[in-house]
Amino acid sequence: MSAPNLKIENLHVEIDGTEIIKGFNLEINGGEIHAIMGPNGTGKSTLASAIMGHPKYEITKGSVHLDGKDVLEMEVDERAQAGLFLAMQYPSEISGVTNADFMRSAINAKREEGNEISLMKFIRKMEEKMETLEMDQAFSQRYLNEGFSGGEKKRNEILQLLMMEPKIAVLDEIDSGLDIDALKVVSTGINDLRGPEFGGLIITHYQRLLNYITPDKVHVMMQGRIVKSGDAELAKRLETEGYEWIKEELGIEDERVGQQQQA
Amino acid sequence: MSVETNVSIDANALEEYSKKRNEPEWLLNKRLNAAKQIDQLELPKPDKTNISKWDFSTFEYDAGEVPAIQNLNELHEDVQKLVDTSSEEQNLLVFQDGQPIYSQVSAKLEEQGVIFTDLATAVSEHSDLVKKYFMGAAFEDIEHKLTALHLAFLNGGTFVYIPKNTEVEAPLQTVNWQKDPKLGLVNHVIVVAEANSKATFLENYASFEKEEKAVSNVLTEVYVGDGAHLSFGAVDNFEEGMLTYVNRRGHVAKDGKLEWALGQMNEGSTVSENMTYLVGDGSYADTKTVSIGRNQQTQNFTTDIVHYGKHSEGYILKHGVMKDRATSIFNGITKIEKNATKSHGEQTERVLMLSEKARGDANPILLIDEDDVTAGHAASVGQIDPMQMFYMMSRGIPRVEAERLIIHGFLEPVVGELPIQAVKDQLSALIERKVL
Repeated sequence: MSAPNLKIENLHVEIDGTEIIKGFNLEINGGEIHAIMGPNGTGKSTLASAIMGHPKYEITKGSVHLDGKDVLEMEVDERAQAGLFLAMQYPSEISGVTNADFMRSAINAKREEGNEISLMKFIRKMEEKMETLEMDQAFSQRYLNEGFSGGEKKRNEILQLLMMEPKIAVLDEIDSGLDIDALKVVSTGINDLRGPEFGGLIITHYQRLLNYITPDKVHVMMQGRIVKSGDAELAKRLETEGYEWIKEELGIEDERVGQQQQA
Repeated sequence: MSVETNVSIDANALEEYSKKRNEPEWLLNKRLNAAKQIDQLELPKPDKTNISKWDFSTFEYDAGEVPAIQNLNELHEDVQKLVDTSSEEQNLLVFQDGQPIYSQVSAKLEEQGVIFTDLATAVSEHSDLVKKYFMGAAFEDIEHKLTALHLAFLNGGTFVYIPKNTEVEAPLQTVNWQKDPKLGLVNHVIVVAEANSKATFLENYASFEKEEKAVSNVLTEVYVGDGAHLSFGAVDNFEEGMLTYVNRRGHVAKDGKLEWALGQMNEGSTVSENMTYLVGDGSYADTKTVSIGRNQQTQNFTTDIVHYGKHSEGYILKHGVMKDRATSIFNGITKIEKNATKSHGEQTERVLMLSEKARGDANPILLIDEDDVTAGHAASVGQIDPMQMFYMMSRGIPRVEAERLIIHGFLEPVVGELPIQAVKDQLSALIERKVL
């Protein structure tokens, strides 16, 4: 396997006719972890969902390529099968489908017919990953996200990430709702994935997650595009000084996009 | 010998038919009495479904001689599949067009004094016993035209009698296969579980004729005695041509327990009523139903639990999946009568719509005449949540498979909790075939 490459060029995204992403550019290679930071309503989550193919978001311009393949031409499931993963801010609850059945279906969907993962191998892998994330094994037989607390849902997203082993993962505010202990555990899991065959995009409000997962690059998003990029030091400066200095530097009055506030 | 609503009923023919079946006079009189009323009585009016144009009256009722079979492998292949082979001891009655063609009753069952036979045989061998329960406390009156048609042209049925303090471990199963579309199936099932007995009854209804019009009219009476426990499972799976009226009623005495597990999988238009009278103090009823509507069919499913006894408990859980242009109404009625103190009633109806052209309605109704009770209800009708689809597909699961998982998950709270394994297995397979 070669190092993956995700290339987003001049991306424009609308929701119900309102443009939220306005000319977004980013390239992520295997071995790199990028962080996108920014205040509320600057289009961060919209970006994450649009890359994955959220049905409500319309891409009006630009392109997204994974290893040279046009992602925007793909169905949602094809994007995942090509190696994209989105850890969601608000994962759906699905009644009657156990966590284990769901993940097994997902893993097998990537494999060819006749080459499905054996039940034993699957169980062993799931147990191992749950141990890493300090999750109660009982969660494997619970219905998918049903009745999970906010923190449990986030852990479950990371469990799926570890099970799926994607090429490029987008983590949308995976730190919100996690206490400091959970944050450490989740970070350990994500750091385990780091390597030349994995690239990550972490979307967050806060720098604290980046204390545990050191990013290679940090980008600040305002008004639906990246307005400043730097290394891990940039995140630290944002933590202590906030975003005002960037707005001043760039002459931005309102960093938000759209009529309503969009996260 | 077609029955037309506006044509006067030929009483002589009915008498002859009754005589041919060696029926006692009381049954003949019930036939004749009902026949006289057919023209005057109206069709029932199931809530929110108009059935005034549905023709329940055109059918023949005399199946004549239907040859018996010696071995199950002589049966139509699809009928064989319905036979529950999960327990070693097998108690099975197979009917073709209402006529018994195969019977296997374990020696143990006979030793225990259990009666498990077709209604015609029961009527001739245990006339007084059948008479005691036939149109007993669960029905009493001829309520409408369909009951009258049923009584007049009764042509099939099963009688089950479990003596007191008797526990029957292996399920008692009937397979009702309707082969000839000209013949109506007018089936009457009576299950009596005497005090402190315990048993499981399982019935299958099936036909494989899509094109031709046919009628089934099924009444079922279940009597659960003091402290008795009966599990009643049914899988209705008539083909498209069959118009069905089925009314299953239970009557539960003190501390008795009745569990219904109904798979309502008919392909044709159906009116299904399921009513339980919780008569005794501490009586208990649990109704779980799974329904699927597809193609053009119209169905109405009404489940009632009526509480008379103190400390009685009733639970209704109905899940339905609608696709294509199917229309289904799910009515749930919890009625708690005055003086049924400390009773508890709960019901949930959930309908999942898979097509924009399908129609579904869930109507939970609580009718409570006593203050000192607890009751609750929940209902929902909705389509698959696009966010759920997005979530599942974002993990690489293709649309069709994601839909399959969601539908399976939607029905799982009912199917997974069904008390009878054979019903669970059959339904899982049927659901897979019909919607997935």
